[in-house]
Amino acid sequence: MNDIMKFDNELSIEKSRSGKRGIRFNCPSCETNIPNNFTRKSEPKLPELSEFDTVRHFTRLSKFNFSVDTHFYPLGSCTMKYNPRINEETSSFEGFTSLHPLSLDENAQGTLEIIYDAQNRLCELCGMDDATLWPVAGAHGEYTGILIAKKYFSVKGEGRDEIIVPDSAHGTNPATASMAGFKTVNIQSSPDGRLDLDVLKKNLTPRTAVIMLTVPNTLGIFEKNIKKICELAHANGSLVYMDGANLNALIGLVKPGDFGIDIMHLNMHKTFSTPHGGGGPGAGGILVKRILSPHLPKPRVEKKEGKYFLNENVPLSIGRIKAYLCNTQVLLRAYAYILNHGPEEFKSIAENAILNANYIKASLEKLYPSYSKEYCMHECVLTPSKELQEKGIKTLDIAKRLLDYGFHAPTVYFPLIVHEAIMIEPTETESKETLDSFISTMTKIHSEAMENPEMLKQAPHTMPVKRLDEVLAARQPNIKW
Amino acid sequence: MYISNTKQEKEEMLSAIGVKDFSELISSIPEEFLNPKISLPKALSEIEIYKKMRDLSDKNTVIKSFVGAGVYDHYTPSALKAIISRGEFLTAYTPYQAEASQGLLQTIYEYQSSMCALYEMDCSNASMYDGSTAFAEAVKACLRISGKKKILYSQGIDNRYIEVTRTYLADNKEFVFEMIPLKDGKLDITAAEKMMDSSTACIAVSNPNYFGVIEDIEAIGKKAAEKKILSICISDPFSLGILKTPGSCGFDFAVGEGQSLGLPMSYGGPYLGIFTSKKEYIRQMPGRICGLTKDKDGKRGFVLTLQAREQHIRRDKAASNICSNQALCALATTIYCSLLGPDGLKEACLINNSLAVKAAKELSKIKGVKLKYNQPFFNEFVIDLPLPASEIRRKVSSSFHIDPGLDLGHMGKEFENSLLVCLTETKDENDISLLKKAIEESI
Repeated sequence: MNDIMKFDNELSIEKSRSGKRGIRFNCPSCETNIPNNFTRKSEPKLPELSEFDTVRHFTRLSKFNFSVDTHFYPLGSCTMKYNPRINEETSSFEGFTSLHPLSLDENAQGTLEIIYDAQNRLCELCGMDDATLWPVAGAHGEYTGILIAKKYFSVKGEGRDEIIVPDSAHGTNPATASMAGFKTVNIQSSPDGRLDLDVLKKNLTPRTAVIMLTVPNTLGIFEKNIKKICELAHANGSLVYMDGANLNALIGLVKPGDFGIDIMHLNMHKTFSTPHGGGGPGAGGILVKRILSPHLPKPRVEKKEGKYFLNENVPLSIGRIKAYLCNTQVLLRAYAYILNHGPEEFKSIAENAILNANYIKASLEKLYPSYSKEYCMHECVLTPSKELQEKGIKTLDIAKRLLDYGFHAPTVYFPLIVHEAIMIEPTETESKETLDSFISTMTKIHSEAMENPEMLKQAPHTMPVKRLDEVLAARQPNIKW
Repeated sequence: MYISNTKQEKEEMLSAIGVKDFSELISSIPEEFLNPKISLPKALSEIEIYKKMRDLSDKNTVIKSFVGAGVYDHYTPSALKAIISRGEFLTAYTPYQAEASQGLLQTIYEYQSSMCALYEMDCSNASMYDGSTAFAEAVKACLRISGKKKILYSQGIDNRYIEVTRTYLADNKEFVFEMIPLKDGKLDITAAEKMMDSSTACIAVSNPNYFGVIEDIEAIGKKAAEKKILSICISDPFSLGILKTPGSCGFDFAVGEGQSLGLPMSYGGPYLGIFTSKKEYIRQMPGRICGLTKDKDGKRGFVLTLQAREQHIRRDKAASNICSNQALCALATTIYCSLLGPDGLKEACLINNSLAVKAAKELSKIKGVKLKYNQPFFNEFVIDLPLPASEIRRKVSSSFHIDPGLDLGHMGKEFENSLLVCLTETKDENDISLLKKAIEESI
């Protein structure tokens, strides 16, 4: 991965030398009132390093890592697009970062205005009526959304306790449903990956609170019966929840609210370009139809006589979902990105995301057959060809070999309904040159597999480490120094 | 705006796909939904965005603030900011592809190690959203392990943490919350003992507590162990540079808000939920965990491990639905711990405490102002004013450009005149004089 730098994985604690320090404070008169029996008895085992040691240690670690800035991530369902730098700079202005979350409203007018305006713009973009931007991740948003539905039914006096989730859904969907105290009803998708209306009808009962759907679904296929699904749900008194993970395919092109969706979440770290940070922080966001407004989490950001304020008095709210507001700095990044787009620019995100995905699919499907025979939306699901499978080649082998060529692996073995799935989402920000290079690499890997399958099964060959023993890690957990 | 395809490239791609026009690719979307009217302002250029964001940030008032209450104005070292803004960390994905993510995985291992060292606990996960959600998950773990329904919690816990926990329990009426009262600002251990019974799932305390008072967590931990009741301690990780640790007092779970380890306050986040436990509960931990292992050649390496607990494997049986966490914030606190080391953190704690002691002494000299509790505190304390604290706070803020602390009226009638004042290493003795003068003149 990094020819000029020798990989070592010495831990910071192993580099520690007694008496070193990365930062010092001036301690004028250290008068303390803490009695001895309230103090810790032994020093914490933290490294002792100089500032330079620390900077070099972490900078070196940063090099033994893939990132969007350095590598293409064809990672289905994750929307690893470019993270614009204007978002980074403007979200770090001191006026934003130095603000305590319990500041008086009059001292927080700028940030409150942004949250208020972002809510309105996102509602307009998605055809929804009201919003909360408090959730700090997609799953946190899902949980918030499902609790809103639960509150809605409990206020109505209905004890509905089931949520329908198709088998192609993200793992967070059923996990969220059960966390909120619902029973998950898993339903099988039809062979084209869509929801089977007859199966749906059979499973819709007076107990059904919500249908959770991903649009487009995790096969990258638009749910063309979406209107009918929403009508069936509504006729049954149920609500429809849309997992917004794949919004990049729809943004500016259609408004999910028009389909009949009642609740949806957003992932700022996917569609709205905020960086993934190695797994977080993200930001969620829930959009709802008017009937669900009273149940949004508290506090609400409101405006009166030109001034913004936090309203804590929301009697029908589901309550608080996080102690202090939201991942505000992440929202500021998303807001800068939103400012950078008008209706046309939003639409071109979806168009180019769809174009790029279909280009990859069309270029690779001879060697890696696509699960679906239709044109895809923003991502496609491929599989190893029959001849590759006959050579004993698994999706994992292809994924690991891609690392050797400087491409992050696609999402693999998901959705669960596709055997040996290879899920590719190029996003709109990747150039045709990058896609071409990826396509020719996948083609090359196919011939390598045919000629020397063993070599693929041992891949990767050029990373700092070879394939790692996951069984050992789980059997004898070593999770700290 | 950030699209690289040229018009000509797009045509080449369409023709490679075998379609004449883009609309063929989206033929599965019903016509009626296409081309909706979207009423949004036109796109701004980069310069315009910069100016607009600058204007909006200027609408916030940058003010000398003595507000703490769980979120603290600590100094963020320059080296920390420089490292976490590196694109290699900032723009990386979750390290599922271990071979291509060794750098990031190692930082997670170092994070877990640092948190275990601070709290003196056996295991830490790779991070939760914030302190309140980490606490809620710890309560849920105790409910799962014990199979019991009653949650005993100290009045000294930030009420927002309790509200979030109720939300996390989906308002399920089976579970009972009982509050253990404080006595002169400290947990009433005798009352706590009486409230612990065979239906108790766990007892939860905060140290320092919401009012800044240092609790006798050793006695509380011991009592819980005697009664065989699971225990949770919320500790500010910064304070653990000097204060007694949850681990040494026998707590089963210890959680905290990691913001105090060098993250900016940023009006609510991103922060960091620290989640640690005894080793027997490792399989009850929510979220990602990084473990050390070997590669095929026997070389040391790191992977995400024990994934069978997580939503992408267990789906509706998972311990939690958490997926995205606060990885970059966890990295920031790891760097913070590396820069300060044990001695630096202790020194910073002493500065916080001595400034708070000094401020408490000075503010008590104001006529009509007195310390509410006669107890040792860490870096914040409560004073009672002769007037409602919310009035004084507004007055001081608008006339002196100082936020003097948090008015505690929301805690009940007896707190109407109470102000929670916090001091950290970003303040100095001169600031204490300014604060004193401002309050004096506003009464």
